[in-house]
This record gives sequence, structure tokens and C-alpha cells, in this order.
Amino acid sequence: MKAFLMYRNRDFDPQQPLPPNEEALRQDLELDTLFEAMAQEDAFLSKIVKKAVLSGENDLEVIRYRQHVLKDCLHKPEVVREIYDITVQSHDNKKKHWLGIFTRYPGGILSSAIGMLEMFVGLLKKLRRIAGESAGKFESEGFTRFFAMITQELDDAYFSVVENHLHDLKFRDGVLLSAELGPGNEGAHYVLRKPNQSGRGWMKRVFSKKAPVYSFSIPRRDDSGARALGKLKDRGINLAANALAQSADHIDCFFNMLRVELAFYIGCLNLYGQLARIQAPITFPVPAASGERRHHFTGLYDVCLALTLQKSVVGNAINADDKDLVIITGANQGGKSTFLRSIGLAQLMMQCGMFVPAESFGANVCSGFFTHYRREEDASMQSGKLDEELGRMNEIVSRITLDSIVLFNESFAATNEREGSEIARQIVSALVEKGIKVFFVTHFYEFAHGFFEQGRPNIMFLRAERRADGVRTFKLTPGEPLPTSYGEDLYRTIFEGGRGAACAPGAKSRKYRNTSGV
Amino acid sequence: MGFHSILFEKTTDGTKRETASVPEFFADLNLDQIVDRITAGRQVYRLKPFFYTPLRDIQTIAYRQETMRDLQDETLLAHIKAFSEKMVNMRRYLAMIERLYYKLHQQGWFLEAVEIYCDAVRSLSHDLSRSGIRSRGLMAFRAYVAEYVQSDAFTALAADTQKVKNDLSTVKYCVRIKGDHVNVRRYAGEINYSVEVEATFRKFKQGAVKDYKIELPVQSGMNHVEAQILDLVAKLYPEVFSHLDHFCAQHRGFPDETIRVFDREIQFYVAYLEHIAKFKCAGLPFCYPRVTRRGKEVYDDQGFDLALADKLLADKSPIVCNDFYLKGKERIFVVSGPNQGGKTTFARTFGQLHYLASLGCPVPGRRAQLFLCDGIFTHFEKVEDITNLRGKLQDDLVRIHAIIEQATPDSIILINEIFSSTALQDARVLSRKILERIIQLDLLCVYVTFIDELASLGAQTVSMVSTVVPGNPALRTYKIERKPADGLAFAISIAEKYRLTYDGLKERIPS
Repeated sequence: MKAFLMYRNRDFDPQQPLPPNEEALRQDLELDTLFEAMAQEDAFLSKIVKKAVLSGENDLEVIRYRQHVLKDCLHKPEVVREIYDITVQSHDNKKKHWLGIFTRYPGGILSSAIGMLEMFVGLLKKLRRIAGESAGKFESEGFTRFFAMITQELDDAYFSVVENHLHDLKFRDGVLLSAELGPGNEGAHYVLRKPNQSGRGWMKRVFSKKAPVYSFSIPRRDDSGARALGKLKDRGINLAANALAQSADHIDCFFNMLRVELAFYIGCLNLYGQLARIQAPITFPVPAASGERRHHFTGLYDVCLALTLQKSVVGNAINADDKDLVIITGANQGGKSTFLRSIGLAQLMMQCGMFVPAESFGANVCSGFFTHYRREEDASMQSGKLDEELGRMNEIVSRITLDSIVLFNESFAATNEREGSEIARQIVSALVEKGIKVFFVTHFYEFAHGFFEQGRPNIMFLRAERRADGVRTFKLTPGEPLPTSYGEDLYRTIFEGGRGAACAPGAKSRKYRNTSGV
Repeated sequence: MGFHSILFEKTTDGTKRETASVPEFFADLNLDQIVDRITAGRQVYRLKPFFYTPLRDIQTIAYRQETMRDLQDETLLAHIKAFSEKMVNMRRYLAMIERLYYKLHQQGWFLEAVEIYCDAVRSLSHDLSRSGIRSRGLMAFRAYVAEYVQSDAFTALAADTQKVKNDLSTVKYCVRIKGDHVNVRRYAGEINYSVEVEATFRKFKQGAVKDYKIELPVQSGMNHVEAQILDLVAKLYPEVFSHLDHFCAQHRGFPDETIRVFDREIQFYVAYLEHIAKFKCAGLPFCYPRVTRRGKEVYDDQGFDLALADKLLADKSPIVCNDFYLKGKERIFVVSGPNQGGKTTFARTFGQLHYLASLGCPVPGRRAQLFLCDGIFTHFEKVEDITNLRGKLQDDLVRIHAIIEQATPDSIILINEIFSSTALQDARVLSRKILERIIQLDLLCVYVTFIDELASLGAQTVSMVSTVVPGNPALRTYKIERKPADGLAFAISIAEKYRLTYDGLKERIPS
């Protein structure tokens, strides 16, 4: 029995390794804010949503499958949460009462296993009830199949078979074992047998009456005999206990698996709740194949910034369809990094099947997703900053594939503009020619201008807006790169308390950057 | 001619067959380590007495070399090993019976022992009949086994065993335990309960789960409750158990003596081949030496110290092979050169090669001709003995004197760095005198020394020098080369290491 809520025909693997650049992605996109909103301080949810978000899919079918399941969840959140609670209960009960089955005696294992199975049976009945009530109210393929399976597999007849076993296996009538003779005439191949029922076949009964039965009893005071007999009995109980304990494990794994598959959606429900509260819009994205070049959206905002500020934030509308390279230039603290982050977050969210923070959104999926940000905090490293940056670039390149996306944020700025631009130009040109989509935030005029001069149709230029009075709008608009980054504004704001940018809180740690442009 | 022994062709020729004590030179040559490693895990066969006994005649060496060559066929070796393994189990069962209490239990294990013996012998006979063996020893043994397997005694034994086994395998019974009470009766088709339980819950299965079966200790042996049950089972199947009883009475003294001896002696070869297999895997060569009694021209290409190679292999360090030859009048290798360069190893290798060849074994090297000596004498410095220098010098002289007295022209003498703690002038004089005595004896000798000039003492001496990597004397090559002793190359390499050569200084000093 499988839940198949994450994939049409396979399990979601919670043990799958995170991508090697997980740390960079978390740091650069401030993913922890997103994860916290989804997990709501639940460690298990946190673990699963991280895996799900960071191991996105580039199969459009899978993305759409999850989108449908998620739509059902948004539609009937209380039912989904109730099912999830059953799985949590199963886990908590097991943890509370059976700290792992298990003693070192077959008898102990047997009674633990029976107790645990009885508990599971109760939860399974509850699950069956919900499935019965919900049939017809869910539309997605995933949930429809799941409920049908539960109703069919866990019918009344099944529960009665299970309860009979749990009764008989307490062995109130003794243990029956069959055996053969192994090497040295020692008893071997012990098998636990179910006594032939007296009602079954008169022929057998007549026959067995004639069969001789020999017997003996262990005398009261023969302790070693009693121990030996106990050991033999344990052989039988061992087999039953194993079968039952493994069965209990199977059900436990079933609930666990169900919990894993639902956890992602519960995370989405949590996030949805938070965004609804601040009236931030969401939309289900339209994914395009990885070979296409699509990126068009309206009202795309940085969900992490919105969650941090607890209010809806300015969104951007851009149509970058058919573009391989998007170069973003313009005012410091004009929303470039925020924009880049919103691109990254939307991409990850789309590819794991979530809704995205926008009014509308469509993009091609990518086969690999990378970020390359300039790291201020690494300044003290002995190996040298440019060395460190190129080292990270080397790691990215060693794993990059066709139709990946790379987000660069002020990369290769550890050296002077001329060298940095040249390095960036060579790297970016090569990546684009190798079929990799690039978003590049830079204050290197030489670099940006160089590409602008080429005048190629697959390159787009965006600029952080600054009104004539120096105030930033945090909106990006298509526009030619300009030779200065307006660091002066920032300088003035900070040193002279003059007019200028309202400080964007999302960029707090990057306040003093790029003063080299002054 | 009938088969007698796989180690000795002739029945009685006065040859010494086994020696209980370790030869004196074993420790100096690290042969003790080698033999320990070869015989490890085979204590039960008592193989060391064979390895302590060098052969004195070329024929027996040839007899063994032939057998060894045959056994290099991996299929044949595998067959022999399979045979031995079965014999091991047979002995284990027979030994176990001695310790058992209950008659039916003993009889059960006796039956197992006989069965495995029959299987061992029959498989061996079959396997030998299909293998292309060419050695006198194995061919004679093959004929012996073939005849034995056909004999009435063996065929009856095998047939009886099979019959009793088949009967016992039909026994299937049920035990019901309730409280203190035990019922025993024949099995009547009751269904397997674990399977049914497993089937009921299989639908929840997501993957493999833990095995909760507790490892209930399976002791060979039987407690009195099991014995009581077995007695009742015997009552359920009276005929089967009376056959078993009869069988045991009839076949008491079953293992054939010649087979038993072969099982032990063949291990000499198996053990050796198994030991050298890992060296061969590492690409080290072995060969069957030509062993001579006349003429003292010896050579070995790509030889190495088998004991050292074992250690190096374990450490995954490279193993260095060395060549040597003695021609015409040449008798004595005088080995000099930097320390830790493989001089002692060279001496040991020379001794090991000759000893192993005298056992009839293949030796390290690509091709070799070795001398069948009448004795090996070693005099190796033991550093920890230096307590009293004058006592030590005296002791050294007494020992070397005893060696020279005992040695014959057919002996081999290996001398390693004696007089190293003596005043140089004394050491020179004494060494020279001793070497002159050895030259007179006209015997084969390796003389490891720090005194270069010994190398050119006469036509009988050949100078061998340990070498270093040019430019880095700290790196030993462990190559021992046949060339004049010459300290100069060594000095120059040290200069190179510190870049104090002409060229080096030109480079370093800025102009």
C-alpha cells in the first residue's frame, strides 16, 4: 500500500541527499525563512520541506501532479490535517509505549508486537473512516487513488482476520511446532504450526486418531528441564514474534511513509496561511520544458522578505521569454538582490510543485540550479577572495549541466573592475553558449556594457529604478546599464543624513557594499 | 608400483622424513617467520616437521617439484582443497562424538562423518580422473584412489550411508508444548503459522524491516528434553532407527589409512602454494629452480626476501627484486654500500632461496639455478648482544671458528656485519683473514660488510653494492648491484641532495 501523493508511481525519499550546494542556496536565497514558515517549529516538517524544496523536479508531469494534490489540500485543509494527525499519533504512540520493540526474549517481543498492532489497528480504522467520508470530495488523481486504495484494502473482513490472529497468537493452548531431523539427529527446521481445526475434514480426524502420540512431562523440580523446554517453546514463539513484529514494523513504515508524503503539503498549507494573513498573492506557476527559455511574471515578490516584514512587498513584472542572459544593474539597494532572490525562490518553489509568490508566473524548469554570490564574510580567508570565488565557481562548473540556471550576485568583484569584468565575461559567455541560463546582478559597468554592445536578442538588461529625486522604487525595469551605481546616494544617506533610499531591510547585511563605485 | 607417499617417492631409503626441532639458521634467515606464515591455520596437519627437513637428494626434489607443478593448476588445487575441507569436517564430527551423551545423537553424527568421508573420497577420485596430472606422485595416488573407490568395502559403505540418510530424511514430527507437558507425534499437514501472519500484513510493507528473530543459541549438543523427544521420535519411526543402529556397529573403523596420510602430506604443497599466491597476485615471480650438486654456478633473476615481502605487501609498500649470479670460479658475494640499503636482505634472500629449493619448492625469481648444499651456516650480528665489547669480539671469533670447522666445500655460509663494533683496523685484519679461510674452503658465501676492500680480495669474490637514488641518498632503491665497491658515488649523491654539486651551485648562486 502506497500513498503516492508526491509522485504518481513512486515514494518520496526522505533520505535522499540534499544537493551539494544546499548551503549556498540556503544562504543566498535566505531559504531558512521560507522553511521556518512552512515548518512552524516542527522538526519533522522542517526536515521534509527542506528535502522537497531543495530537490525539485524537472519533470513537468510531476510538478503538475503535485500542483493538483496541493490544490485539493488548499480546498480541504482540515481533512488533510486530520490524516496527517493520525500519522503523527501513530509515531507518538509508538515512541511513548514501545521504545523500539524490544526485549531480548521472544515472549517479550510477542506481547510488545501484539500490543503495538492493536494500537495500529485502531488508527487504521480511523483512516478508513476518513477515506470513506472523503471519497468524491477530492479531485486530484493523487488523493482519489489514495482514498480508493484505503477503502478497498482495509475492509471489515480484513480487520476481522487481523483481530483473530492477534487473539490466537497469545498461545493460550500451547505452542505447536513441526520439526525434522538435521545433522546429528538434532531437531531442525522448526516451523510454527496452526493446529488443524477440529471441524476441518472428518477424514483427517479419523486418521489422526490412529496416529500414535507419545508424551512426557517435566518433573516439578527439574529446573534445567523446564529451561530446556522453555527454549524449545521460544523457538516457536520466536517465529511468531518475528512475523508479528515485522508486521508491526510494516504498518509503522506505512504510517511513516504517509507522514512523509503529507508533510510537504502540510508545509505548503502553513505557508499559505501566513501569506493569506498578510494578503500576499500566490499563484500556481505554469512550468515549461527545460529546453525552452521562459520567464514571464507579474507581481513576483521575494516571499522571504514578505515573511520577514510581515506585509506584502513590491512585486516585479517582467517578460524575459527567449532570454538566455539577464543582467541586472542599477542603484544600490534598489532591489536588485531582492529581485534575484525572488527569481531563485520562485524557481525552487515551482519545481517542487508549490505555488509561487506572484500574481502570475511562468518559467522553464532547469536541470540544475546554482547561486554564486559574493561572500563578504569570507574576506579574512587566507586563500584570497578571488581565489575563493573562483574555487566556488569551479565547484559549480564541475556539476553543471545543460539547461541549468545560475544566479550571480556581484560575483568576481573581489578584484578590480577590469579583471573582474573580464573573468565574468569569459565565464558568462561560455555558460550561455553551453545552454545555461544566467541571471547576473552586477555593478561592473564594463561587463554589463560589453554585453549590451553586442546587441544580441537573447540578452535582457534590467535596471534598478531610481527616480529623478534619488528615491528608489525597488522596481526593476528593462534598461541599458549606466556607468555608475549610485553609491554616492547611499554615502550621502548614511554620512550626511540626506535624502535618498529608504533602507531596504532585506538588504541589511549588505549595507556597506560597493562603495568602490563611489 | 604402488602409491606410498606424496612427499617421498620411495618407501624406505633411509631418508629423514620429519624433524621436530627448528634448524639453527632459521631465525637469522627469517625462515621461521616464513614457515609460520605458511603453516598458519594448519596446525592440525603438523606441517612444520616437513619444513624443518631439507632434502639431500635431487630425485626427491624433482618428485616434489613435479607434484607442485601439477598443483599449480587452479582447478586441481581447488579440488584438493575441497577434499581437505571435507576431511576437516569429518575429523571434527568424529572428535565431537567423544563428547556427546546420548546414543541417538552420537549415531547421528557418526553418520554425518561417514557421509562426508564418502563424498570427499568419491569427489577426489572423480576430480583426479579428469585432471591432466603428470607427476609421478599424483598419478600413483590417482590409481590408488580409483581402485579404492571401486573396492567392495568402499561401495558398501557408501550405499549403506545413503540408505540410512534417506530414511532419516523422511522423519517429520510435531511437538506440542503446553505448560510442562510435551506431546510428540507425526506431522499431519498443519499449516505454517508464521507465513500466514506475514501474508496478512504484507500489504503494508514499504521495504525491508528489521529481523526480530532472536539468535537462539544453536549449540551442538542436546539437552535431556531434546534427547527425550528424540527417543519418542525413534518410537514413531522404529525401523529407521534400527537401521541406523546397525550401520554404526558395522562401519566403526572407516577412514582408510593411506587416504588419511595423503590428506596430511598434500597440505605441504597446498600451504606453500597458497602462501605464494598472494605474491604472484602482486606480480612477483616464482620459478622452479634447477637444483645442482655439481658445480657451484648459481643464479637467480628477480629474487626477493619472502619474509620481508610479506610485511611490505601488508603495508602496501613496493617490493624490490634483485638479480645475482656466480660464474666460473666465483663463490663469494661481498656486499657493501649504504646502510638500510638491502644488504642483509640480500644475504637472507640467498639463504632462503637455497633452503626453499632444497624442500622441493618453487622459489622467488624468474629463473634460478641453485646449489644443493649439505648445510647452511649463518653468523648474523645481534645488536642487543653488545654488552661487553671484548667479550663480544671473542664470542664472534669463537662462533665463526666453529662454523669454519664444520663447513664443508658443499656448505653455504652467510655472514652479516661481524666486527662492526670492533676497531676498524682490527676489523679489517680479522675480516680479511676469515674471508681468506672461506676462499680456501671453496664454498658458496655471502659476506655483508662495511669494509669495501674485501670486495676485491680475489677471483672468487664478487662485489655487490647497495644503491641509492641518485640525487637523493635518503631514498633507498633497495637494489643490490654487481659493481665495484666505490664510496664516491655515494658522496656525490649526498652533494646533489643538498645541491652542492658544481651544477647545483651554479644555479643557486645568483650571478
